[in-house]
Amino acid sequence: MTAGSSSDRIVRVASGQGFWGDWLDAPRRQVEGGPVDYLMLDYLAEVTMSILQKQKERDPAMGYARDFIGAMESVLPAVKDRGVKVIANAGGVNPVSCANAVLEMARAKGAKGTLKIGVVTGDDLLPGLDELLASGQKLANMETGESLDTVRDRVLSANAYIGSVPIVEALRRGANVVVTGRSTDTALTMAPLRHEFGWAADDWDKLAAGIIAGHIIECGAQCSGGNCLYDWRSIPDLANVGYPIVEARADGTFVITKHPDTGGRINVPSITEQLVYEMGDPHAYITPDVVADFTSIHLEPAGENRVRVFGIKGRPATDKLKVSIAYRYGFKAVGTLVYAWPDALEKAKLADRVLRERLETMGLKFEEIVTEFVGVNATHGPLEPQQGEAQEVQLRIGVRSPDGKSVERFTRELAPLVLNGPPSVTGFAGGRPKVEEIVAYWPALVDKAAVTTRVEIVS
Amino acid sequence: MKVRLVDIAHARSGDKGDTANVGVIALTPEWYPFIRDELTLDRVREHFKGVITGDVQRYELPNLNALNFLLHGALGGGGTLSLKTDAQGKVFSTAMLRMVLEARDDVARSLHLPAAPR
Repeated sequence: MTAGSSSDRIVRVASGQGFWGDWLDAPRRQVEGGPVDYLMLDYLAEVTMSILQKQKERDPAMGYARDFIGAMESVLPAVKDRGVKVIANAGGVNPVSCANAVLEMARAKGAKGTLKIGVVTGDDLLPGLDELLASGQKLANMETGESLDTVRDRVLSANAYIGSVPIVEALRRGANVVVTGRSTDTALTMAPLRHEFGWAADDWDKLAAGIIAGHIIECGAQCSGGNCLYDWRSIPDLANVGYPIVEARADGTFVITKHPDTGGRINVPSITEQLVYEMGDPHAYITPDVVADFTSIHLEPAGENRVRVFGIKGRPATDKLKVSIAYRYGFKAVGTLVYAWPDALEKAKLADRVLRERLETMGLKFEEIVTEFVGVNATHGPLEPQQGEAQEVQLRIGVRSPDGKSVERFTRELAPLVLNGPPSVTGFAGGRPKVEEIVAYWPALVDKAAVTTRVEIVS
Repeated sequence: MKVRLVDIAHARSGDKGDTANVGVIALTPEWYPFIRDELTLDRVREHFKGVITGDVQRYELPNLNALNFLLHGALGGGGTLSLKTDAQGKVFSTAMLRMVLEARDDVARSLHLPAAPR
């Protein structure tokens, strides 16, 4: 056990980023708004790794979440003067370059010697992918069962979701910043708790509690009033929304709260909405460290903007790791036009028919063409009641194809409709739609024993 | 008596591949048993018929006064493939809340369930 694991000691982990592109001000607000021990920044979504891999192909020094450098700059005084530690999966497919960029920023800011960065690697399976396949790891698609052979030549990135172990090791070796690649979002929160409280590798209930604390805060303000449907009109001061903080105890119970004088709201409904977000089978939330049981979670109010979480149960982890593989799939484009009253929907429907006839005449090949009428059926489809006349309708039409040329030609067929299609049309100022390359997601499993993580401390 | 789900529950939805999940949470603990009994797998399947291409799975979380539904084939291929506005299933939550449930009058009275507007 580490020192100070007495039952009333509290460790505070603050969430400062729920995805790459989240509020730039949030990390600084979290370290300045009140006491925190750790700042947790989650940058990676399912498709982020492939975007980063493409950037690394263009420039071998890239391939990590660049926003992290600015975030580190904004929290540098707190790290330097108050000992706040930072844990982030900003490393993407290049944690080493990410750490070097942070060190360079710190030097430029005159904070040389302040940072000791633990760099976690080993999640990147791409360099040894063929050896891995040859050794009998099939990496079949978890959803379809297909063999990876079908897309092997188009694979862009392959990363194992790794757990808390290497992060705990980095902290134990004295790192005050930990940069990982494809760590699970939840491990970023559980690892510092495990480190501080000395939780054993088979203390399943406490590890599960740490994972659930991580799940609650991994999407930033989405548990503290953001995107909250419950009584949304009365949620105060979203402009100044407070991001969540876990106040954890050694026994695996914790309180979710936020700094005083911030907006948003933390209550049992706001936490419950986040708990069910992206939930699968609630009995088995599988992570590299533990299988957590969401049906064991208990919530109770614990004061203003405070919710206590307790009773959490966990079970032994499996012997597999999930792997996130990204591969080149094809191309897509989506374009829009806006039709005005009267008969806006009827005009938009005619425009759709005209456009489809032209695409057909040209013999362009698409896997799918999707038409939506925004204002009529774009969010809930056929569930939306068709009553009353729409005052305006946005025609939104998208195409997907393995053939980039067909998609490119489609993007040139929308604007002509303004002059040679149905009347009362506008909203084309954005110009031609962009052709986007589709990088698709291939979830797979790999034996834990086939993945070796490493920790390097750089300063 | 007819009761709109939107008047007795809140919800959040998200994605995993081509599957949307919808967590439905009772607005008060007293209403959870009614929602658990009436928001059945078959009724949710029927509600999303023509909207999703796959099946539905249903889980109960009495500790959170919540149900979790997995709607398979909901997102037009999911993730980066989807051409839909709601490629990540963010608003399947309120699509679920469009459902209208039937309550026996005595149940509706004892639970103070709000009646759907005519």
